[in-house]
Amino acid sequence: MTGVYVQLSYIDLAIASVLLLLAGGLSVAMNLGLEKSLGVAALRTTVQLTLIGLVLKMLFEMVSPLWTGLAALAMILLAGREVTARQSIKLRGGWSYSIATSALLTAGGIVTILALTTAVRPEPWYDPRFALPLLGMMLGNTLTGISVGMERLSATLKREKDAIEARLVLGHARRDAVKPYVREAMRAGLIPIINAMSAAGLISLPGMMTGQILAGVDPTEAVKYQILIMFLLAGTTSLGALMAVLATAKRLGDERDRLRLDRLKETPR
Amino acid sequence: MLSVRNLKRLSIGPVDLDVAAHDIVALCGPSGVGKSLLLRAIADLDPNEGTLSLLGESRESMSAPDWRRQVMYVPAHTGWWADTVEPHFAGLSLALVKDTLHRLGLESTALGWQVSNLSTGERQRLALARALAYAPKVLLLDEPTSGLDADNATRVEKLVGEVAAGGVAVLFVTHDMAQAKRLSTRRLDMTSGQLVEGTP
Repeated sequence: MTGVYVQLSYIDLAIASVLLLLAGGLSVAMNLGLEKSLGVAALRTTVQLTLIGLVLKMLFEMVSPLWTGLAALAMILLAGREVTARQSIKLRGGWSYSIATSALLTAGGIVTILALTTAVRPEPWYDPRFALPLLGMMLGNTLTGISVGMERLSATLKREKDAIEARLVLGHARRDAVKPYVREAMRAGLIPIINAMSAAGLISLPGMMTGQILAGVDPTEAVKYQILIMFLLAGTTSLGALMAVLATAKRLGDERDRLRLDRLKETPR
Repeated sequence: MLSVRNLKRLSIGPVDLDVAAHDIVALCGPSGVGKSLLLRAIADLDPNEGTLSLLGESRESMSAPDWRRQVMYVPAHTGWWADTVEPHFAGLSLALVKDTLHRLGLESTALGWQVSNLSTGERQRLALARALAYAPKVLLLDEPTSGLDADNATRVEKLVGEVAAGGVAVLFVTHDMAQAKRLSTRRLDMTSGQLVEGTP
């Protein structure tokens, strides 16, 4: 560390909250009717972050494999729920949730463990101070890729039903008939992370790197960490999206090479 | 040739029917009674149950693609998966395809056309040519002349007659009683999901 970490006092936070009053005042003056939502959201952010801060402090002090594992599992289950909540067209009967959660668990789990044991190497390797933030970043990005990929595939298969069935009636295998749309869905799922990698440092300073710099870490060291994270994110997202898209494609067909759009349901967002 | 026993799917059946080689069976009945759904079920495109066989071989003994290549369903409105016509005939004998196109009143340059520029009638005849290029044993035609003018409808009827004469079993849906009489060797009427032998 080359810089100095500047600790915030509760007075500092109180001063920052004056800006909230400004936002609330604007809402009243312009008749936006958002004062209440703004207040509730500010309260939620304070309470939720305080609680997670306490939980993380506890977890970090315990360094217990069991509790770290449980926290990781809870994060994965919540991420799976988030994937399904974002989809306006999904598989019936909880299949969207199961597929998304399994993909998050496998891809996020493999890459996080790989990063902990080969690159970051804390002692012990499951030290929650490293494991949980790493996993959190993986999940946050991968869930976008999975959600976009699964939704794109479902919507495209529905839209292209006639073209796909035209091939099925000619005796083409379902795998061949849906291949172009699987590819399209994979592409859609991977574009956000590719864009993030391209824009990093030019248009946006990634949050983790900014955080490290604020905490006094030398920028060149922070950058190394960020590059590692970007590579890990690209790996997790492609692995997760691939698994989720292929599983969705499988679920939307059956052993008699049919297209099973009856297994889809649309929910207005 | 094609034997269907106890075929059931949502809102249809149980249905029994046989179509022999050289047979042309017309399937008639009011709209919405499930004629297209019956053809789709025979082609195994939707979940269904029943005992189906082709030349004594049961449907389950072969893969679904094998079954569909031989028991070929031609929907009234088919889909296209490429921008031009030719990729839809990939891997098929182009000489045979061009011959079929001529008999259907289409030029062989049709293969180079853009799908988005095709008329309903052109799409319908190209879909029939595409299906015939696979030399199926059974043809399931859903309103094969619905989008055609009289001349082209006659061409399609003539070709279907020749294909049946060559040993193919044909089951076709029509709303045109005159066509049913002209083209078919036998008529089946469908009401509320059930089949009855039609009176000629």
